[in-house]
Parts: sequence; C-alpha cells; structure tokens
Amino acid sequence: MSDLQLSYAEPAFEIVHPGQPGDVPATPKNVPHKGGAMNPSVDALRAQFGAAIGRADVTWNETTVYVERLKVAEVCAWLQSDSTQSYEYLSDVTAVEHRDAMRPLEVVWHVRSLKFRRFLRIKAEIPKDGKTPLEVPSVWPVWKGADWLERECYDMFGIRFVGHPDLRRILMWEQYREGFPLRKDFPMRGRFSRSEQLTQALAANPEARYSMEELSIADAFEDLPSEMRKRLTDGEKTGE
Amino acid sequence: MATVTDKRTLEVALSTSGLTADGKPQRIPLGAEGLTTPSQAMEPELEGEHMLINIGPQHPATHGVLRLVLELDGETVVRCIPHVGYLHCGFEKIGEYRQYNQIIPWTDREDYLNSMGNNVAFALGAERLFGIEITERCTVLRVIAAELSRIISHLVWLGTTCIDIGAFTPFLWSFQERENVYHLLERWTGARLTTSGTRIGGMIADVPDGWTDQLRHFIDTFPKTLDECQRMLNKNAIWVGRTVGLGVMSPDEALNYGLSGPMLRASGVAYDVRKDFPYLDYETYDFDVPVGTNGDVYDRFLVRQEELRQSVRILDQALKRLPDGPVNVDDPRVILPAKHKATSEMESMIHHFKLVMEGPRPPIGETYVPIESPKGEKGYYFVSDGTAKPARWRIRPPSFVNLSAIPKMVEGHLLSDVIAINASIDIVMGEIDR
Repeated sequence: MSDLQLSYAEPAFEIVHPGQPGDVPATPKNVPHKGGAMNPSVDALRAQFGAAIGRADVTWNETTVYVERLKVAEVCAWLQSDSTQSYEYLSDVTAVEHRDAMRPLEVVWHVRSLKFRRFLRIKAEIPKDGKTPLEVPSVWPVWKGADWLERECYDMFGIRFVGHPDLRRILMWEQYREGFPLRKDFPMRGRFSRSEQLTQALAANPEARYSMEELSIADAFEDLPSEMRKRLTDGEKTGE
Repeated sequence: MATVTDKRTLEVALSTSGLTADGKPQRIPLGAEGLTTPSQAMEPELEGEHMLINIGPQHPATHGVLRLVLELDGETVVRCIPHVGYLHCGFEKIGEYRQYNQIIPWTDREDYLNSMGNNVAFALGAERLFGIEITERCTVLRVIAAELSRIISHLVWLGTTCIDIGAFTPFLWSFQERENVYHLLERWTGARLTTSGTRIGGMIADVPDGWTDQLRHFIDTFPKTLDECQRMLNKNAIWVGRTVGLGVMSPDEALNYGLSGPMLRASGVAYDVRKDFPYLDYETYDFDVPVGTNGDVYDRFLVRQEELRQSVRILDQALKRLPDGPVNVDDPRVILPAKHKATSEMESMIHHFKLVMEGPRPPIGETYVPIESPKGEKGYYFVSDGTAKPARWRIRPPSFVNLSAIPKMVEGHLLSDVIAINASIDIVMGEIDR
C-alpha cells in the first residue's frame, strides 16, 4: 500500500460512456464472409442519387458501395451533411490496384458515422483503358482530413483529386521521377538503378529543399542565385 | 569584482565566464544605456518583414524526422508548412510481396512505440479475412498486449513532452516505468520494441511462468508513479502556463480534420474505437473514456494521463479473468503442427512445409478492422485476391492524419509554442512515413 496521501487535481474533463447503457455495441463474432446485413445508407443513397450509385456488396459485414467516379464528392457531401446519415468522420482515402491488369483501378473512401455507429466503404472505379484520366473529385471541401490522405494517394498511385487545394507529393520528394510506387507496374526496387538513384541524389540542388513558395517568404529570395530567382519569377514550382 | 549596479547585471556577471583585461568579470549590460529593463530598449523597426525558420528534419523537439518550415512575423507563426516522408520505407509495397504472417514484423516497425498493439491490429484484420475466431485466452492476452503498448506509448509521450517543455524529472520517472513494461514484453516475446507478438490465429507464445505475477506487481506499483507525475505537473504553474490555451481544436474542427484518439477526445468528442466499434470483447471491460472540454494541449495531457489509469484498470480486470486453455486456434489452415509431430509424422511435416513455403490463403475479399491505438484509430485494410499475399495492404495511420492539422493548430501562436503543440500531437514518424 502506498503511504502517500494524494490530493487529486480537479479534473478538467468529464468522463462519459459514449452511447447509452444497453446500447453498447458488442464485438462481432463469427462474421460471415458474404451476406451480412447491408448498411441502410446504401438504400438511402439509391433513393437520393439513383443511377450514380452502382452495385453494393457486403463482405465480412462491411458494406462496399460503388459510386460513379465523378459523383463522389457530391455523394460524400450529402452523406456528411444529411441528418439521417451523418457520416461526420472520414477514416481513410486510398486506392487499390488489382494484380489482374484488366480490373479497373479503385479509389476507396472509408467513412464513418459516429452518431449511428455505421461504417461505409465507398469505391469509385477508374478503368485502365488509357483514355480515362486518373481523376476523381476531391472530398477536401467536405472533410479537411482528406488533405494529406489525398496527397498520399496521388503520390503513391498518381490519381489526381480534382479540387484539392495543394495536390503535390507528400512522402516522396517533388523531384521524384520514377513514377508512382504503389502501382503494380512499379518494381519493388524502383525503376532506376541504384547507381542512377545515387547520381541523382548527389546532383540534387540543396536549395531545392525549399519550395519556391517558401523561399519567397523572407529576404531569402534575394540571396538566391540569379538563375533560381528567374525561375521563381516565372512561377516554376520545384522543391519539396 | 566589478561594481554591481543592479540585480540583473549581477546575474549576468556571475554567469559570464569572460574576464576583462584587468582580470575582472566582464559586465554585459542588458538593455540600452540609462534604461532599467531590456524591454524598454528601443527596437529597430522591422517594417513587418517576415522571417523563414526551418525546424528539422534533425531536431530533438520534432520527435523524429519531421520538418516544419515556418513563416514568422516577429515571434508569431504566420504560416506553417510541414514536410514528411524522410522515413518513407514503402511498407505497403513490401507487404504486397509478403505472406500474411511475414508482414507482422513490419507492423512492429511503423509505430514502434505501439508494436504489440500493431501486431494485434494486424492479426485481428487478417483473422477477419480468414474467418477465424480466436480462443478466449488469446483474446485476453491480446487485450493485455494492447494495453501494455498503450502504457508504453503514453509514457514516452509524457516523458518527451516534459523534456520539450522543460521538465526533466517526469521524463526519468516515466522512462523507468516504461522499462518495466519492456521487461514484461521481453520475457513474453523475446524483444523489447520489435515484438512481432501475434500470429494469425494466436500469439507467438503463451506468457511464461510467473509472468502474470510480474504484471500484477507492475499494476500495483505503476499508479504511484502516475500520482507522482500528476502532483508534479497538473498544477505546476510553468506546465499549465506552457500548455493551456494552445493549439485549440473545437469538436467540429477536430472531427472534420479527421483527428482521432486522445487528440479528438481532448476536443470533446467521445469517440473511442474500443467503445464504439468494439473488438477483443472490450465492451465487457469496465473502463471510462476521458473527454476534454477545451481541446488544448493541457487537455490532451489530462486525457492521456487518465487513459494511463484506465489502461491499468483494464489490465487488472484482464488479469483476473485470464482463462486457461490453448492460445492458438485449432485451425490447420493457419496454425503450424506441433514441433514433435512435424519431426515424426510425414503428414505433419508436409503440412508444416506447405504452410511455411506457400503460406495460408484467405478467401477473396477485403476488410478493415480498426483498433484504438494510443495515437488514434489504427487499422489495416486488406484486399485479398485469394493468393497467399495481399493484393493491397493499407495502413491507416492515425498520427499522419493528426499531424496534417498542425498548420491549423500552430498558426497565430508563438514559435516556442510550436514545440508544445507538436509534442501534444504524439507523432511517431515511423507511422507517418511508413
């Protein structure tokens, strides 16, 4: 036993159990592979958007709904703002490229309703026919949390999120020229040889560690070589 | 000794090692001539010129290789541009070339403060993908593993944040307790940080003899350290002054920015995956979810402090209910045969060989099972095409999303507060860059 008699500070927070007692969800057991209960939001989406909503399936008790590629932002905005849906939390934005080269590229949004304790996976397909641009609308206006998630998805897959305010590489550096690492045609060791990668790293300009925008912050601009100042004035964007 | 004119000059004289030509301590007058305090001195007009400050990627207060480019107006942050990616290793790409059990060591290395928790998250997701129900003993052991990881992570957070803000003692206390947890994990899994503690369908091993007594001793002694840290910090004028009112996120903003874990709860949103989307029978444990009211750095500290106490409560209940029985499921699809059988029976040897060389194959499907990691909602999204290697393995990184809100949190604050706000996010660059 401790011989310390402590005076506790007044807690500045309240301790709550989310949800009502008796309404507490339970750990799912014996989840079926196919054919669980579908998320009711799918029917609501069909009623609201009609043909823009494609097929839906339930795998391991998780509902996946396919949405027409260009309608995603609209659908998400409705899901977030409608009081009967209330998907206020964006969990993840990512993409899936299947090993089967014929299958389309899929962009995946994991959204969550904390109010109704629902989870929905929204997918949009981008056919790999060489003609369809790798573009989907950005959901950044709906959830600010999409900012870095979309940048990462662009960085790794090359999918452009139209409407994103600052879509640039995030994990790889801006001058990275080897492509998009998580695409299936990208070899695990990278496209360039080790010697080529080393040569490029050694030839990199240390000043390019700052983006032109950042250099324009202070009088750092005046200290730049004239050639870089010219590039900045021309509006070129380099750096990280 | 030089003539001392006032107290301020005296302090400088004593702290300055330089001597004048006649061997006397050099006096460095503070402030301009004839003024009593430096703040009354005339500053040259800066004409609103902004300054570019670069923090990191090699800086002790950025908790890893985070780089922040700051635009300052005087000492106030006007704009913050974070740069991440210096630790990018391509975990997700590597995962597509590995069998499911082979990915588990990679999960240790992303959020390396929560390695057991990551192992548990991975195993839960993979077991959902295989359609496996784990044994009761395994469930409780995983709860113990996840809560021990939470304690480690929060203790490291507490210690490093104290260092950042200028308190040294709680750092030593919390790292000492963390070492006790690492002793426990080392006895169980053989490693301190890179535990690789789970396997699909079970654990690497059952806990060794006497391990539960050691854990019981930890549960009994650890709250005393927490009390000491609480007495040291909670009403400490410096600590409160450095944390209250900084980096405030309102509940709506916090949700919209996708924050999770203590960051979200400090803002007043009671979202805890253990309560809202339970796993590992967390709904049967009696514990509370602390929720802040102001959403500032101080509230995040209080929430994490209370979570440490709640983790001890959960550990206590888990130890009391730890049932006997097997740890691994009896499922030949994923679990290796017993070693003595593999060396004596032809069928078991073939079974062993096929499981190791070809790997277990889940059915076609996809799943995402989140857990409440110390940083927030952490989960692995698997897409299986029926082969032994995932077609896509995605890490949902909570501190990546939490960090993305840092420009919103630091803008308008002082440069020195950037350090406190950055510390309050509890980032682990291994997880952010993956």
